[in-house]
Amino acid sequence: MRRIGIDVGGTNTDAVLIENGQVVGAVKAPTTSDVTGGILDALSRLLATGAVANKPVDAVMIGTTHFVNAVVQRRGLIKVGAIRIGMPASASLPPLCDWPADLAKVVQGPIAMVEGGHDYDGRPFMPLDIKAIQRAARDMSAQSIRSIAISAIFSPLDPSHEQAAAAVIAEEMPQVAITCSSDLGRIGLLERENAALLNAALAELARHTIAGFERAIAESGLSAPVYITQNDGTVAEAVQAQRLPIYSFASGATNSMRGAAYLSGISNAIVIDVGGTTTDIGQIRNGFPREANSVVKIGGVRTLFRMPDLLSIGLGGGSHVSLDPLSVGPLSVGYRLTADALAFGGPQLTASDVGIAVGSLKIGDHSKVTHLNRNTCHRVLDHVRGMIEESLDHMKTEAGDVTLLAVGGGAFLVSQELDGVREVVRVAHGDCANAVGAAIAQVSGEVDQVFQNMTREQAISAAKRLAFDRATTAGADSATLSVIDTEDIPIAYLPGNARRVRVRCVGDIAAR
Amino acid sequence: MTEFRELSLDDIEALAVGAWILGTGGGGSPYLALLNMRRLYAEGIRVQLMPPEVLADDDWVAVVSNMGAPLVGQERLTDSRTIARAVTLMEEHRGVGFRAIMALEIGGGNSLQPLMAAAHFNKPVVDADTMGRAYPEAQMTSVAVGNLRPYPLTTVDCRGLEAIVEKVPSWKWMERVSRKLCTEYGSIASTCKAPRTGREVKDWGIPHTTTKAIAIGYAVRKAQAKHDDPIEAILSVEPGKVLFRGKVVDVDRRTTEGFLRGRATLSNLDEDRDSRVAIDFQNEWIVAWRDGEAMAMSPDLICVLDSVAGEAVGTETIRYGQRVTVIALPPPAVFTTLKGLEHVGPRAFGYDLDYKSVFA
Repeated sequence: MRRIGIDVGGTNTDAVLIENGQVVGAVKAPTTSDVTGGILDALSRLLATGAVANKPVDAVMIGTTHFVNAVVQRRGLIKVGAIRIGMPASASLPPLCDWPADLAKVVQGPIAMVEGGHDYDGRPFMPLDIKAIQRAARDMSAQSIRSIAISAIFSPLDPSHEQAAAAVIAEEMPQVAITCSSDLGRIGLLERENAALLNAALAELARHTIAGFERAIAESGLSAPVYITQNDGTVAEAVQAQRLPIYSFASGATNSMRGAAYLSGISNAIVIDVGGTTTDIGQIRNGFPREANSVVKIGGVRTLFRMPDLLSIGLGGGSHVSLDPLSVGPLSVGYRLTADALAFGGPQLTASDVGIAVGSLKIGDHSKVTHLNRNTCHRVLDHVRGMIEESLDHMKTEAGDVTLLAVGGGAFLVSQELDGVREVVRVAHGDCANAVGAAIAQVSGEVDQVFQNMTREQAISAAKRLAFDRATTAGADSATLSVIDTEDIPIAYLPGNARRVRVRCVGDIAAR
Repeated sequence: MTEFRELSLDDIEALAVGAWILGTGGGGSPYLALLNMRRLYAEGIRVQLMPPEVLADDDWVAVVSNMGAPLVGQERLTDSRTIARAVTLMEEHRGVGFRAIMALEIGGGNSLQPLMAAAHFNKPVVDADTMGRAYPEAQMTSVAVGNLRPYPLTTVDCRGLEAIVEKVPSWKWMERVSRKLCTEYGSIASTCKAPRTGREVKDWGIPHTTTKAIAIGYAVRKAQAKHDDPIEAILSVEPGKVLFRGKVVDVDRRTTEGFLRGRATLSNLDEDRDSRVAIDFQNEWIVAWRDGEAMAMSPDLICVLDSVAGEAVGTETIRYGQRVTVIALPPPAVFTTLKGLEHVGPRAFGYDLDYKSVFA
């Protein structure tokens, strides 16, 4: 397999070519505001290395933080029509009821709340009110709404009411983009609905951006299919990713973790990615990031969907260092390191200056930091070590020592000896870990629902069958499928030995 | 205390934080109930808090709570009109008018249910409840300890399902029958419990628990804003004791007989790494053990708090690695009598232990 992985970051667009599991070419280009320009630039640099030669490329996988940035910066979003199925329940808390006002102002369109939905045990909560949905569609059409989010109570258990509503709307409004909350998973109506609304608000940006990606790949002379990498380290075909842009929100961090795991050959570890301003810590299990089980706020909106469990702390190479009292970060000189740090003639003592003084970082002018005595440097590094040790412990799910993969430009701050760590592994090509993570992504299938009147084993195997079906539908080669995550939680109060089971499986992309 | 007090939205935000702490690990998150109150306040509605002392002996007080599975509550979001309907249904059934509304349970999401109902009636909320915390069953209340009449009870589902439990011989029967109704509704129901007279509330209610929860909530929120120690802030408003500071090293969870049971094990952060504390839970924290010896038990309130944020850590969500501080708060006096201990002492939860208070 020959694949190109591209990571569109805030500063750089990285591209790598992977051939039979080896990195055979890696380049960087500046990210451009239209995203496409940076990709074209990176690809032409990659082609210029000669690594691609004239041999065909099987796939191009792109990871981007473009969509999450759009939400955070409130740009490129459109008004969304919200359809909530579940009346008469939840009426006092309509869609967008807990959004920050500035974002609600941009996104909130007409809201329709209609009867329907299911109970936790699969019984219909109320019959679906098709007529009300038709009326809502006509009203939204009259208001020129171009994107609609549909949510229904307990739709992760039974999505049929959302699907029926989507069919009615598609008939009334053939051009409209539709997001169903059941495509986004998790129990928790408000948070799942919020995710659907954010996704719907991104509908046009996603269409333009992904069309731009495909154009850029075609213009660079490659004929390979384009895949977009997702939060969970898997990929979606461009057409699918365009439908669910929020699934790429955290793909940058995920790709970095998976790339580090791949490059090191270690598939179970904690990964620490130390940048200029922040440090991201996550856990890799079987080569995939562990997922967050709780609410994740995006742009001030509470959401619950497939996101990696990440801990970010204000520590990086550019972190401000104060000596009395001793503190490191969260303020940082950021991208101005080479202007503001002491070792570059600037006024600010940074974590990098301490690294340069003790010789663990070889940049800048060492003579400008020789006044930092050994004792002082060690006090600072001990403090940093304490910060890292505590954060690592937070990310562990059980006692015992772990393997730590250290990547990123600030990885020199990670001490070789850490409490609770068996071994610190520094990864070769660590600076292109994200693009490598993109290049190696696979296709997944996931199930998260409540099973009743079954033994634990029966419930897990029923969930597994459903997950395999979903992965195959999403384009996986069924012969390569394997389960990467199983979790089951007994549910208090519910009868029938109720158990919520989550199973995720992955497989290679099926040949076309 | 005889003054009525209009609750501000800040008071209610603080109440949500404090009530979650008094939930002693259970009771459900107050978040969705708080969202209801924010919207009602945005419409201009205000709720009055009434000291129990002001009640006349023959006033009638509605005691309300939402019953059911927290999971279902995440999909069928609590709506102030449903709990209000449970109160109206009781008034219609009994042919009396309520003077005020009171919480069954000040711990967790149910702390806000009387406010949600009151918002629709222009009636005050009594500054009291019947648990002083959260407990899992109907007989674990001060009014059950007082042998007050357990019936009738109204149950409401937002689809227009309404049922009244007219008569039961005991609180345990009320628990069984109402649980069955609740399950049939889809494991969630808004309920108005047996109405109480003003005399009964004054004799058997646990007074001033709303004020207490608000004070705890303010202490935590202020400490968070000033980056002070929130645990110290709580202890400055409540005569509690720190039992342990450490981190979670193991959580063992299982569901039996409809309860979430299990044990969380904590270890010391710095020196003394061998010293461990284990806390058993049955929806709520019930008994804390240190090196095999019981160090705190129900009815003492055992609260597990996030050491940095000061907010409560629930039994459903506690996980490995969390930095937590365990504190004990004094129990309501009604639960430390022999009769009280029969209802909520360690033996009521299956532990062969004699109750020994942290505060003895």
